[in-house]
Amino acid sequence: MTAGPAPNASAVGAAAADPPPVSGRAAGVWVRVRRDFDRVRVRVAFWSRSLLVRVVVLTLTLSTIVMVTLGLILEQQITTGLLRSKIDAATAEIDSARQTVQASLSGADSDPSSLREQLKLALGEIGRADGSSDAQGSTAGVFEPVIVPSRIGSEADLAITQPTDDVPAELRARIGQGQIAYQYTTIVREGQQIPALVMGSPARTSTDSFEVYLIFPLAGELGTVQVVQRTLLVGGIALAVALTLISALVASQVVRPVRRAAASARKLAAGDLAERMPVSGPIELATLANSFNGMAEAIRVQIRQLEEFGKLQRRFTSDVSHELRTPLTTVRMAADILHDGREDFPPHLARSTELLVDELDRFESLLADLLEISRYDAGMAELSAEPIDIRSSIFTSIGAAESIAAQLGVEIITLVPDEPVVAEIDTRRVDRILRNLLYNAIDHADGRPVEVELAADDDSLAITVTDHGVGLRPGEAGLVFNRFWRADPSRQRQTGGTGLGLAISLEDARLHGGWLQASGAPGEGARFRLTLPRQHGGLITQSPLPLRMGAEPVLTAPAGTAGTAAELSHPEQIAGMRMMVEDGTLKPVPNDDELHPETVPSAGASAALSLTESTPDPVTGEPDQVLQSRPKPSAVGPGS
Amino acid sequence: MDGMRARVLVVDDDPALAEMLTIVLRGEGFDTAVVRDGSKALDAFREVHPDLVLLDLMLPGVSGLDVCKEIRAESGIPIIMLTAKTDTVDVVLGLESGADDYVMKPFKPKELTARIRARLRRADVGSAERLRVADVEVDVPGHQVTRDGEPISLTPLEFDLLVALARKPRQVFTREVLLEQVWGYRHAADTRLVNVHVQRLRSKIEKDPEHPEVVVTVRGVGYRAGTS
Repeated sequence: MTAGPAPNASAVGAAAADPPPVSGRAAGVWVRVRRDFDRVRVRVAFWSRSLLVRVVVLTLTLSTIVMVTLGLILEQQITTGLLRSKIDAATAEIDSARQTVQASLSGADSDPSSLREQLKLALGEIGRADGSSDAQGSTAGVFEPVIVPSRIGSEADLAITQPTDDVPAELRARIGQGQIAYQYTTIVREGQQIPALVMGSPARTSTDSFEVYLIFPLAGELGTVQVVQRTLLVGGIALAVALTLISALVASQVVRPVRRAAASARKLAAGDLAERMPVSGPIELATLANSFNGMAEAIRVQIRQLEEFGKLQRRFTSDVSHELRTPLTTVRMAADILHDGREDFPPHLARSTELLVDELDRFESLLADLLEISRYDAGMAELSAEPIDIRSSIFTSIGAAESIAAQLGVEIITLVPDEPVVAEIDTRRVDRILRNLLYNAIDHADGRPVEVELAADDDSLAITVTDHGVGLRPGEAGLVFNRFWRADPSRQRQTGGTGLGLAISLEDARLHGGWLQASGAPGEGARFRLTLPRQHGGLITQSPLPLRMGAEPVLTAPAGTAGTAAELSHPEQIAGMRMMVEDGTLKPVPNDDELHPETVPSAGASAALSLTESTPDPVTGEPDQVLQSRPKPSAVGPGS
Repeated sequence: MDGMRARVLVVDDDPALAEMLTIVLRGEGFDTAVVRDGSKALDAFREVHPDLVLLDLMLPGVSGLDVCKEIRAESGIPIIMLTAKTDTVDVVLGLESGADDYVMKPFKPKELTARIRARLRRADVGSAERLRVADVEVDVPGHQVTRDGEPISLTPLEFDLLVALARKPRQVFTREVLLEQVWGYRHAADTRLVNVHVQRLRSKIEKDPEHPEVVVTVRGVGYRAGTS
């Protein structure tokens, strides 16, 4: 059992009473440390990306290091210098003290009391070595003399008050060996700890030997060093701060124009093509400004040119529209007048007139479709959405297609709800989509019925147009929305389609923020599904109707249309691979009935893939896309 | 028209089309006058006193929209525009500048004459009928619309639209039904016609066009007359 995720949660539950082992706890701490570290690193990474911050921090760090090093060296030097001069003076002092002791105590009495007197005298002598009345040696500063007779076991017998305890034992040992030595120690005077230098020397008289010590309190030196330290600290901090400020100033000198350039670039990017940088300041920055301005000018010229081209393109479209349509109108009217009088013509003229009128119809619809698609290409298409009962659109479109359906013996079966289905749509465009889907279905129905079904939920509505004709061969569902694409070039179009109808319909659906999808299987027919949001600008995540054929039985048919529903609910079982197109991209139909662009993860899509027999398309692994964006329908080219 | 042939003023810069229009219209029993220059259209209009104007929107010199506005400023006679543009904006602009109807090039002769006849055929006058919508009085035979005795000037089309709504005050009219009754379209056509003309009508008869009381929108269906 570790701090990591347990593989078997129930097993852990049984053993939960055991305290976690130390290794587990350590691992937990380690994880936490790692997390904190990562967080800090992220933050540092963020800040270190600012040039200003980086320069300032770097300057501060480096100058601090330099200041500290310099301060330490200086302090060391000063301290050493002070102590050396102290030691020099102390050496001289101890020398004279030794001589004094040797002179004063030579031939000293061995009687402790007389020795005491002599020692007192000697101490007094040392204190006034330079002969001045009360001040001690000025070079070495204040000191306290200590004289210890070597031969007396305990100086306590002498009963002289002198700070013998302040002399370190180590030093006394060395003096006892006859050396002149010194040692630093700490003494307590007036309740304060003071560093002190103790200098010792053996002093021999003819009869006796003594140890002479001079204790130099280093209070003065300490004070001096502290003053120096304070000065260095204050000076160092001031210098570091000054350096930081200077570096910030210098960095901002560089950063400010860079920021200005960035601001200018941002404005330029936002569309303010007249934005320019002031050319001033140092040469480097003036060069930057000049280059920037040059670039901005080049961009402006390019964009103006493109705008001009775009305007020309649109103008051209509009001009073609007018220039072509006006003579066409004249021709059309003339042809119609001829057509009206064709009974009086000889047969060949009469037939020619009929052909003329028929082909003019084709020419007109082709021209209209070309103009419509060029309007989409120019991004000029506008949606004029208004709330309307979508059923009226369906009936209108069926009404328009009825006569041609009757000619071809195709029955149109309609399954729509009884109550109105109101949606905010552009009627003209939706009518056109439905008309195109119907014509397409009738054309490919081979005389079998065409089914039109409408269903809606709160957010979206779906209309499917299904035929049971030739169907779509694998790969063809990806091509049906391509311009001028034909499943079978030898197949005759009965309904006079231009080859642009489905391409325009796809654009119409996209303009609504909707989907237009196709699916089908060879010999079994094809289904086109239009899914639209019910509110203008709404987002659709799923379609109320299945795209796949043969998935109908979920019909919630109202009572009045039960008969129709029964007719629809026994579709033949369709085997083999199915293809569908989503946003112009070919993909096999997933097993799932619904394809939710937002909710189908790629893993789900690939799982669905494995259920189909072949995966001819490299893009199938992608999650489905919503038709909100405007990728071109030619994502699967005719060559594939 | 009572034995007299209705006169149509054709304003078109394309000589072939203008001639063809003349042939077709004469064949259908209309008198025609042609003016090829937009800047002379208004003078010709005053001179010819046509019963209807057929106006090509793409005229050189003066914009067809301006000609439309000028004529509309002087008279409420039916104006049908010929347009090659299908963009919503252009059609709506044309309708807003006063055209009653539009025909998209290329059109069939029968389509054009049907539109012209529909515009020339006035609503059935019937008996001395007086209608009331909200606080607006409609004198059908007198072609008078008044509010509190103050006359409101409407074009014949706007008048027909108001009468159609007012005759069946409880009925909700879809745009398609209005297109058929007022414009004479047999098949569903561009419902923008209805939208634009309802807006124009409202701007004249409503106290506050933002909150209409005479012509009320029924969301998702169409329009109906306001309750009086």
